Amino acid sequence: MARTLTINGQMVSARDEDTILRAAQDAGIHIPVLCHLDGLSDVGACRFCLVEVAGSNRLLPACTTRIQEGMVVQTDTEQLRNYRRHLIELLFAERNHVCAVCVANGNCEMQSLAIQLGMTHSRYDYMFPSLGVDLSHERFGLDHNRCIMCTRCVRACDEIEGAHTLDVFGRGAKARIVTDLGMPWGESPTCTSCGKCVMACPTGALFKQGSTVAEMTRDRSKLNFLKTAREERKWIV
Amino acid sequence: MTTRVVIDPVTRIEGHAKISIFLDEAGEVSDALFHVTEFRGFEKFCEGRPLGEMAGITARVCGICPVSHLLASAKAGDDIFAVQVPPAAEKLRRLMNLGQITQSHALSFFHLSAPDLLLGYDSDPAQRNVFGLIAQQPELARRGIRLRQFGQEVIELLGGRKIHPAWAVPGGVREPLTPENRERIRSRLPEAFETVEIALDFIRDYIRTHREEVEHFGNFPTLFAGLVSKDGGKWEHHDGWLRVVDSEGNVLVDQFDPRRYYEIVGEAVESWSYLKSPYYKPLGYPEGAYRVGPLARLNICESIGTPKADAELERFRSYGNARGIVTSSFMYHYARLIEILAALEHMQRLLDDPDILSPRVRAQGSINRLEGVGVSEAPRGTLYHHYQVDENGLIKKVNLIIATGQNNIAMNRTVKQIAKHWIHGAREAKIPEGLLNRVEAGIRAFDPCLSCSTHAFGQMPLQVTLFAADGRVLDVRSR
Repeated sequence: MARTLTINGQMVSARDEDTILRAAQDAGIHIPVLCHLDGLSDVGACRFCLVEVAGSNRLLPACTTRIQEGMVVQTDTEQLRNYRRHLIELLFAERNHVCAVCVANGNCEMQSLAIQLGMTHSRYDYMFPSLGVDLSHERFGLDHNRCIMCTRCVRACDEIEGAHTLDVFGRGAKARIVTDLGMPWGESPTCTSCGKCVMACPTGALFKQGSTVAEMTRDRSKLNFLKTAREERKWIV
Repeated sequence: MTTRVVIDPVTRIEGHAKISIFLDEAGEVSDALFHVTEFRGFEKFCEGRPLGEMAGITARVCGICPVSHLLASAKAGDDIFAVQVPPAAEKLRRLMNLGQITQSHALSFFHLSAPDLLLGYDSDPAQRNVFGLIAQQPELARRGIRLRQFGQEVIELLGGRKIHPAWAVPGGVREPLTPENRERIRSRLPEAFETVEIALDFIRDYIRTHREEVEHFGNFPTLFAGLVSKDGGKWEHHDGWLRVVDSEGNVLVDQFDPRRYYEIVGEAVESWSYLKSPYYKPLGYPEGAYRVGPLARLNICESIGTPKADAELERFRSYGNARGIVTSSFMYHYARLIEILAALEHMQRLLDDPDILSPRVRAQGSINRLEGVGVSEAPRGTLYHHYQVDENGLIKKVNLIIATGQNNIAMNRTVKQIAKHWIHGAREAKIPEGLLNRVEAGIRAFDPCLSCSTHAFGQMPLQVTLFAADGRVLDVRSR
């Protein structure tokens, strides 16, 4: 059933089950996202898609908030832009992101978002945590220095491949991606080496072994292709 | 009472350094030290990184010679992969290194040292820079800038960018050369040849008329070390045997695999500098001082292997001793120009090689050795990258021996020799700026790459402070 809402002053028609993000995307309105990836469920982790909804005294994540009839949404206000700048700066300050020598340089959603949001530096002190790199897998590597805990890889592994090798360990700033119960990736009995997690990663945290600077390109649309093929029996390329 | 004169910072070099000159009670120079005042830490923070990333990371050691680090790192990776690089990749790496030698040497000669050579050591410091050169010798300055730009363009056409291309990788290179880009490089060679010929005419003339500088700019016996080709000990810049020759022309080490460098190269540390002082182990420190770079490469090779450069090499050797060994560090300038000529001729040869366009440029490999050494000739001398990795390819240990470091002992001796020759009776009286500039110019002859990036923005004023033994500042001047 179709519903009508207003986004940035524009009347938008959307399906009853749509999220604000989906309704905005269908109407050609851009909302920045980082943990959202077409084909995966949404968890509202990154907070970049927060929007203002009239009548709500708090900001709501567009990716997990269902539309309502007559909803009035603002996606690009001064307040939101300011919050998003802080968010991206916090992400850069939290771990060790060095674009110049990163495998994903030029093909990184976090880097693109920082550029899009006009980030020139971080106002927060860098934390420089001491984090490792897991290269035990034959084909892929996991660099915790570059991970932003978006959990796209966890969802891709669980929802698309069905292996659920990857998951989250710990809380807050100490949260980490783990393989199985924290064993080296190369020893995982559940990993099928399908590479869907690598495809899903927005940064250089997951990469093909042997990748050098800016060499890690990926086709993130493959996951949505698989999901559509499986659920709707449509092979759309 | 002793007095200390400090030149801080030293200008028109790549990096940060200062010079201290110690005067005795008679105002004569008792000692002089060349301090490198910066600290980088690459060897430490590379630990824990994947091997594949090392070429890209270590290229960042230097903004002038990133290609040298890229190649040495990729070669260390080849060693750990235990693969043979495809012939085209080997030739393309050579082509890029030749582009780099051209651009770096052109920078050293035209941008950094020509102001001293053409405008004079005693000329107005405000004009004694590349802009002063442009004002007085616009045609030569333009040619010099274009020559450097040509070298940079070779790097860009191969690696996609002029600075820090992450193009050489363990196993080969990432992209082949296109026929269009080959023609672009080729089309610019004639002008580059013309420019280097003009510069060679100038430097030969200069050497004839400035005997005092040639005789006293770091003119002393040391060993000379570098790579020579595996076929006949010719001039080499990428892959060859290590050779060490003394000032009398005696060959101390020959056909030595540079991957075993640690058997003959030791590293000494002095408390007054962040730059280590490598030395030839069998002679100990500091007797085992050796020089690397253009002067060393021309002193150790049998020939260059190309007609124009070989003719020039013969002239160069006529300035040397009976065995043709040239010991004055001033002659680094001349050697640098001869190497540009050699680089251009070798480029021409490589461009005519049908292999150069081959698309087969990268051998795939994995961790087959846990230790690897990559050695290449950087513009400033032999560069060693030595890595140890774990079984997954994570870096456990890194040792980098940078070309400039190997000239450290010689640079210190040069500073002292120049100061002793030109500075006399300087007590409370001011030391003429032009004399201090000669001390700096002695360092510039080595073209040291200390931090490895030029400071294109802002100014680096030369500050000279005259200290009395009791710590009293006698005189402060800056420009």
